Amino acid sequence: MPAPEQHRLIFRHIDEDGYSNDLACYQRNGGYGVLRKAVLRKPEELIDEVKKSGLRGRGGAGFPCGVKWSLVDRKSGKPIYLVVNADESEPGTFKDRYIIYRDPHQLIEGIMISCFANKVERAFIYIRGEFPEGAKILERAIAEARAAGLAGPNILGTGYGCEIYVHRGAGAYICGEETGLIESLEGKRPYPRIKPPYFPAVLGLYQCPTIVNNVETLCHVKHIADMGGEAYAKIGTPGNTGTRILCVSGHVQRPGYYEFEVGKVTMGQLLNEVCGGPLPGRTFKAVIPGGSSAKVLRFGERYRGKRKAGAEMVEYDWGVEDIPMDFDSLAMIGSMGGSGGVIVMDDSVSMVEALGNINAFYSHESCGQCTPCREGSLWMKKITARMVHGEARPEDGALLKSVADQIAGRTICAFGEACAWPTQSFIAKFGDEFKGYAQAKKAPRADGVPELV
Amino acid sequence: MIQPAATDLVTVNIDGKEIAVPKGTNVIEAARRVQVDVPFYCYHPKLTVVGNCRMCLVEMGMPAVDPATKAPVMDPATGKQRINWSPRPAIACATNVSPGLHVRTTTPMVKECREGVMEFLLINHPLDCPICDQAGECKLQEQSTGYGRGYSRFIEQKNVKPKRTLLGPRVMLDDERCILCSRCVRFSKEIAKDDVLGFTDRGSYSTLACYPGKKLENNYSLNTVDICPVGALTSTDFRFKMRVWFLNQTNSIDTESSVGANTVVWSREGTVYRITPRQNDGVNDTWMADSGRLLYKDVGGPGRLESVRVNGAESALDLAVRAAADLLAGCGAAVVGSGRSSVEEQFLTARLAAAARATPFLVARAGKGDGILVSSDRNPNLRGALVTGLISALPAPRLGALGAQIDSGEIRVVLSVGEDLLAAGLSPEQVAKVSVIYLGTHANATSAVARVLIPTLTVFEKHGTFVNQQFRIQRFAKAVPGVVGATDDLLVLSRLVAAAGGPVLGGDVGAVWASISAAVPALGTMSYANIPDTGLLLDAGPWAALPFPEGATLHFKPAVPAPVEASHV
Amino acid sequence: MNLRADTLRRIDEVITHYPQKRSAALPLLHFVQEDQGHVSTEAIEWIAARLEVEPINIYELVTFYPMFRQKPIGRRHIKVCRTLSCAIMGGYRTCSEFQKQFGTGLGEVSPDGEVTIEFVECLASCGTAPVVMIDDDLHERVDPARARSLSEKIKAESRATAGTR
Repeated sequence: MPAPEQHRLIFRHIDEDGYSNDLACYQRNGGYGVLRKAVLRKPEELIDEVKKSGLRGRGGAGFPCGVKWSLVDRKSGKPIYLVVNADESEPGTFKDRYIIYRDPHQLIEGIMISCFANKVERAFIYIRGEFPEGAKILERAIAEARAAGLAGPNILGTGYGCEIYVHRGAGAYICGEETGLIESLEGKRPYPRIKPPYFPAVLGLYQCPTIVNNVETLCHVKHIADMGGEAYAKIGTPGNTGTRILCVSGHVQRPGYYEFEVGKVTMGQLLNEVCGGPLPGRTFKAVIPGGSSAKVLRFGERYRGKRKAGAEMVEYDWGVEDIPMDFDSLAMIGSMGGSGGVIVMDDSVSMVEALGNINAFYSHESCGQCTPCREGSLWMKKITARMVHGEARPEDGALLKSVADQIAGRTICAFGEACAWPTQSFIAKFGDEFKGYAQAKKAPRADGVPELV
Repeated sequence: MIQPAATDLVTVNIDGKEIAVPKGTNVIEAARRVQVDVPFYCYHPKLTVVGNCRMCLVEMGMPAVDPATKAPVMDPATGKQRINWSPRPAIACATNVSPGLHVRTTTPMVKECREGVMEFLLINHPLDCPICDQAGECKLQEQSTGYGRGYSRFIEQKNVKPKRTLLGPRVMLDDERCILCSRCVRFSKEIAKDDVLGFTDRGSYSTLACYPGKKLENNYSLNTVDICPVGALTSTDFRFKMRVWFLNQTNSIDTESSVGANTVVWSREGTVYRITPRQNDGVNDTWMADSGRLLYKDVGGPGRLESVRVNGAESALDLAVRAAADLLAGCGAAVVGSGRSSVEEQFLTARLAAAARATPFLVARAGKGDGILVSSDRNPNLRGALVTGLISALPAPRLGALGAQIDSGEIRVVLSVGEDLLAAGLSPEQVAKVSVIYLGTHANATSAVARVLIPTLTVFEKHGTFVNQQFRIQRFAKAVPGVVGATDDLLVLSRLVAAAGGPVLGGDVGAVWASISAAVPALGTMSYANIPDTGLLLDAGPWAALPFPEGATLHFKPAVPAPVEASHV
Repeated sequence: MNLRADTLRRIDEVITHYPQKRSAALPLLHFVQEDQGHVSTEAIEWIAARLEVEPINIYELVTFYPMFRQKPIGRRHIKVCRTLSCAIMGGYRTCSEFQKQFGTGLGEVSPDGEVTIEFVECLASCGTAPVVMIDDDLHERVDPARARSLSEKIKAESRATAGTR
């Protein structure tokens, strides 16, 4: 089956000739029309639309946005905050960057609608420090919107107002974790909080109820407010509604961003057709489907079982190419949809070295608060670094897996899973390479195969 | 004291044992009550919960109910309600009991969690046990023995961090041993109110530090050494002095102020090596001030009185007692008691004053209260003097009344129980006008001119009780033998009482208490032996109207707000 | 603290964004570093006083976040992404090329004072790997050849502005 066309809902204007990131251009294209209609509705209605839409968070966890909003404590009397997670740092992910740089007003409109729906009067955009130009663009856009009465106090003459402030991070992946982000916003070391009791919806920023949403998710809210939740839910597939932006990088002919209805494109269609297949003379070896935290898939594997299709249970027998790119399918076959960052590795890549690269990332980014992740992530990095640069032992693969098993499920935040899953899945799927690495690395390195560690 | 009404009780099941505990109890504390030990590092009952060590991971489950009908779902195998065990372990310190909560601590999953955490804590830990003070009271040692795997699989290079950095005058930091539990950081911020510690760098390279140039030097810095579960923070005073398993532990009371912080005195073969706080949730929680810990240095210090003297010449106790009684027999005697004497000593002092028809005085001792565990009354037992009837009003700041009586010739003999009269307010001329009988531990200006000098014991060398600012009577016990040449205060005082014509009373704490409980209504039901380790609150009613000087401390609120200290205008 | 008037104005303004002053720690650190080139001990203490926190509270942040530096760096800051997608597309070779061009190791100031080269983690532009940030600008598809030409450009710009230094 040929790949479907892209459905550019969020990315409609991203590569458009002549489209600029200023307010005038946005409004020429109908911008802020949705906000104008939204503020005439009851806030609870807008929350309802988001619930009906089935929108799932696009930051990595895939948590239903409507459920997240409904958990907010609205009885405490404390102010409710909205925090936009623009800390895009999951390796392999590069979509929020383009929204911020090329279509910032879409985000601002999404933010204002979400704030209105949740009676939020102060919102922060936490943008990673490595997007300095993006921070300036957002500040300019917010100023434009305020000047036009679309953000800030008393928007559109309604009496409702919300200030949006840009807050720059400074190079920490853990600030993408919602409670780590909140701690960072409070001016402290970004140590994620224990949940219970510190669920952001109840005890978030400044111990007030807080909503933390990804950039792309908030853009979807704008479209949901526009077309209605029911109509949105018809896009994509049941339980995996709407569109999502897939970011493909690594060993394909045409890496880049592609927006599809969720679940309507398979891995094979994406990599072989849309991205043009492997580089000349190479074959696909492995793919990480949802950012580097997701478990790796080995080309040639089969996934078998029963899954729900409508009201029935049907059998499935998939190769990597057959997997539909939606949250549930990817979870079902033992990985995850995550942030949509698809990293493709071909047969030139040593999986030991690739894991070494990933382990170095996680050990560098671990905040250090809790024992398993702090000590375990660095231990795993030291093992793979030793394997690559020093002595590799046949039992190192088993040791790596055992260390990873001691981390996942035992930590304060999901970083534990994030640093353990790569190791667990690489060993599970490519264990033979780890056992044989000592021998394999004696062979001279092929030309053009870069170092990874 | 009327007990507060029983709080809501919640029933939980821990390793098959059911127990009802007050609402708000966490699983670690609940488990303790059924003798189930849940290991931990970062948790401390008096600090905020952070849940970062992950050692207290246990399995938890809730009874299964039908979501629609709420009826219990039964397990056909056991005939009891099925428990939905969570596939993920949860930390016990941050989980408060809820009705029906089931906890398992002996399953394979919990065993693996503990082995995993122990392994992780040890991979970068230096092999310092042979040179580390914490050995013998180290949580890492105890829990790796109890819950660790017993061998290491780590063959990489360990992280190296600064060793032996002086964090402050009393605290030494060995960063490699630190397990980043953050107890010290939380303590400094929350209890000592001196936010001076923090973690620098990131990940496994995180390091405990002060801001360069700043020091951990507040008067509660040594509590971080107590609560450090490993040997990262150690006391510079105690460093390398003694292995803790050789030390005896004796319960005592800090004599620094009327707070009466509970302490433990650690000693071996007659020498005190250190003092640490003892838990008393009603007085000092698990803390004490650094300044109180150093008081043990008085025991063998310079100036310790070691021989009985009459008119400057060495003498025997009997002769000294006779000489003192002769002096007191003439009219015009005053007895200066001490707020640092024990209740028993004050009782006997009062009897002595009565027998000698001497006017009793007490020396006030004011200082600046810090609002935590050092109060503005630096007498640990002023209230003992009130309860025993030695005095009936608060002492004047200086011994003005006594000085006037000396000047007028009314008073010609002064017996002082451990108080330096010149430091307390008398002038050298006034002291020169009287005959001084001095009972005390250290030489001072008064002991130098005493006609009769009888060395007595420090608080570490005798038994007794003090009454603290809360009117709580608390016991302290003898930790080390007295120095040769010193006599137990109770023995000396009872002999003096008898020699002055008073009743013959016992000379040890048990016998004295027989007399005390007979004579002092407030203490009528007690004996030294039956006072519990956490003390007993007395009825403060009879003295409620007195203007006690103390402001609030950790567990004390003044009945009447203390007068505002004069401002620096 | 010798901060420019403009910096002080931005600092005053940004503090008003937050209900609690301590939140302004990161913005203030960014402003001060942009003003001075790095965050000095004096700056840490000044920021702490301004936000009414202890110096350790700011020092903790400066040592946690890799973007803050306590010592001056070269005139230009070259940051090469080393994470997986860029690495498998040759990021390490790109970095080696930059180092060779300027004769310097990682994290140092090059002998001519022109650059400091560092590895950084994923810069969120994996589709155009390998990517490099030079100061605030992102450069995409930087293979060793392009690294060479970017280095030439840096050296040319440096010669052009040498007179003003």
